[in-house]
Amino acid sequence: MREICASFDEIAGLRERNAIALKVAKDRGRKVVGTYCLFSPVELIVAAGAIPVSLCGTSATPIPAAEKVLPRSLCPLIKSSYGFALTDTCPFFHFSDLLLAETTCDGKKKMYELLGRMKPLHLMQLPQVQDEAALEYWVLELKRLIRRLEQAFDVKITPEKLAAAVLLLNEERRSLKALQDLLKRKPAPISGMDLLTVLHNRGFTVDKREAIGLIDRLTAELTGLSDNGFSPFTTRTPRILLTGVPVGIGSEKVVRLVEELGGSVVCFESCGAYKKVDPVLPGNDLLRSIAEKYLRVPCSCMSPNTGRLQLLEKLVQEFQADGVIDLTWQGCHTYNVESFTVKRHLQETAQVPFLQIETDYSESDTEQLKVRIEAFLEVIGTRRGGRP
Amino acid sequence: MVAAGIDIGSTGTKAVLFDGEIRASIVVPTGWDPKAAGLEAFRQALDCAGIAEGDVHSIVGTGYGRVSLPIFDRKVTEITCHARGAHFLYPETRSVIDIGGQDSKVISVDEHGRVAEFAMNDKCAAGTGRFLQVMAGVLDVSLEQLGQLAVGATPAQISSMCAVFAESEVIGLLARGADKGSIAAGIFHSIAGRIQGLAGKVTLSHRVTFSGGVALNRELCSAIGASLGVDMWVPHAPQMVGALGAAIMGFEA
Repeated sequence: MREICASFDEIAGLRERNAIALKVAKDRGRKVVGTYCLFSPVELIVAAGAIPVSLCGTSATPIPAAEKVLPRSLCPLIKSSYGFALTDTCPFFHFSDLLLAETTCDGKKKMYELLGRMKPLHLMQLPQVQDEAALEYWVLELKRLIRRLEQAFDVKITPEKLAAAVLLLNEERRSLKALQDLLKRKPAPISGMDLLTVLHNRGFTVDKREAIGLIDRLTAELTGLSDNGFSPFTTRTPRILLTGVPVGIGSEKVVRLVEELGGSVVCFESCGAYKKVDPVLPGNDLLRSIAEKYLRVPCSCMSPNTGRLQLLEKLVQEFQADGVIDLTWQGCHTYNVESFTVKRHLQETAQVPFLQIETDYSESDTEQLKVRIEAFLEVIGTRRGGRP
Repeated sequence: MVAAGIDIGSTGTKAVLFDGEIRASIVVPTGWDPKAAGLEAFRQALDCAGIAEGDVHSIVGTGYGRVSLPIFDRKVTEITCHARGAHFLYPETRSVIDIGGQDSKVISVDEHGRVAEFAMNDKCAAGTGRFLQVMAGVLDVSLEQLGQLAVGATPAQISSMCAVFAESEVIGLLARGADKGSIAAGIFHSIAGRIQGLAGKVTLSHRVTFSGGVALNRELCSAIGASLGVDMWVPHAPQMVGALGAAIMGFEA
């Protein structure tokens, strides 16, 4: 893949290039808002003329530093995010003028209180039910964010700017969906590891239009390769849908193992991937449309979270998944508990083999995970009529 | 047509020769060299059955050491192998509990011996052979003696699942004058509780086979059977089930 696809190389190098681009933009007076979560309404940041960037939190490296403050049994994503901030090793955190955070889970909520001592931080109180009253409240939270951004950056977020931001971000979602939908092809034209690399690095982009162009070019190149029969896999390769916690480069252990052991991750039903492609739908009240879009994110912090079950059911079919792996981080109670519901739902509707993996960012359980994942791929193999 | 199954586990390495029937069944300690142990078990099995290496048409490897031998024609996980081996011994079986040196698994099996679903312990050693070894070490008895001690004793309460914490808990019990018998029974009780939790994650039938070296311990078998409320089939050589399954798969390939 890397040798024959020029756009891939360019995207693989994005993270480093963007750190520099960000500094240049800062020197020219641009403001930067760092985000941690898919619930961050990026349209408002763009409409405020600031640059939204994803913050680091997928590497095990800063976890020991974080554990000086945070409990060891906490979710590795929270520890990593905090560790990056504490050790000042995430350039995107370093250049952020404001951090945007949401009360998605108890661990993050309390960690943000500590982060708020390092940088200005705006916390959005996220409702955890997806009904009409919650939407009213969430609209108010969006308005509160608008005021904060306007005050902090001395700007005015006009309806026109907001409309332009919605167009831009919907365009970004379109390009990301098109790329991921390519993996519906059998065999998939790109490995799950390569797709993850692209999605991860793209999150750190400074210029959204440039990034959209890059993703579209990559999609076109991959379409061409796929049309010519190129794929790292065969039609026999077990196709895995990965659901559950956010995953990125540095926390890609399970994706890597699945593909090393002979599978192919064809769909990531996670925050940085398929959950992200849901657009803002047009409506009379733009702010309300934005609020609706974000509130319907099927995250396990929502209760109940039926949207995830419906999305999974749909994706299993569309991507012709042979098996579903539910990745949960140690200490992530909502995803860990919800795994039971997801398994039961998929057994009743899709009859697709299901495996839950609870792990962290360390390599300590690699051998055990190999047994589990390999046995899971064997289950898929024998289901297709192979010998037991 | 003879096939070999070699199961290189963390503690024992097992080899089975199969040609429709079990022709040889050998276990050697894995020690520090899994590769050498695998070759040694294979050689002993050949000697035992009086079969030349050239007459073995397929060698299937399983267990943690399955990566280590270049002679394997195929590598299959112990989960699939235990299901297959248990199905051969007890065709009616629909669930397999396998407790090995490093991990414990509950596997649900269909009528063809295929894995339907499985659950495996997380990264710690709770409820595994290693846990038993550590506990026997604290009581300064062998694994066999640990079983004998537990006969008829009232289980002491051992609440920790972690080998390290359970060790200090047992030391505390000894210091308070608890007798070894009730501690041994308590240890089995705590492992049974752990397996019960694991079994809850899959569909468990009442036709259960208990495999893996830990099943050699009869007291533990009855503790697990009682906590699950099932009678279990325990093969006379439960540690061989994985190697047997591997050999059968090689034979049928």
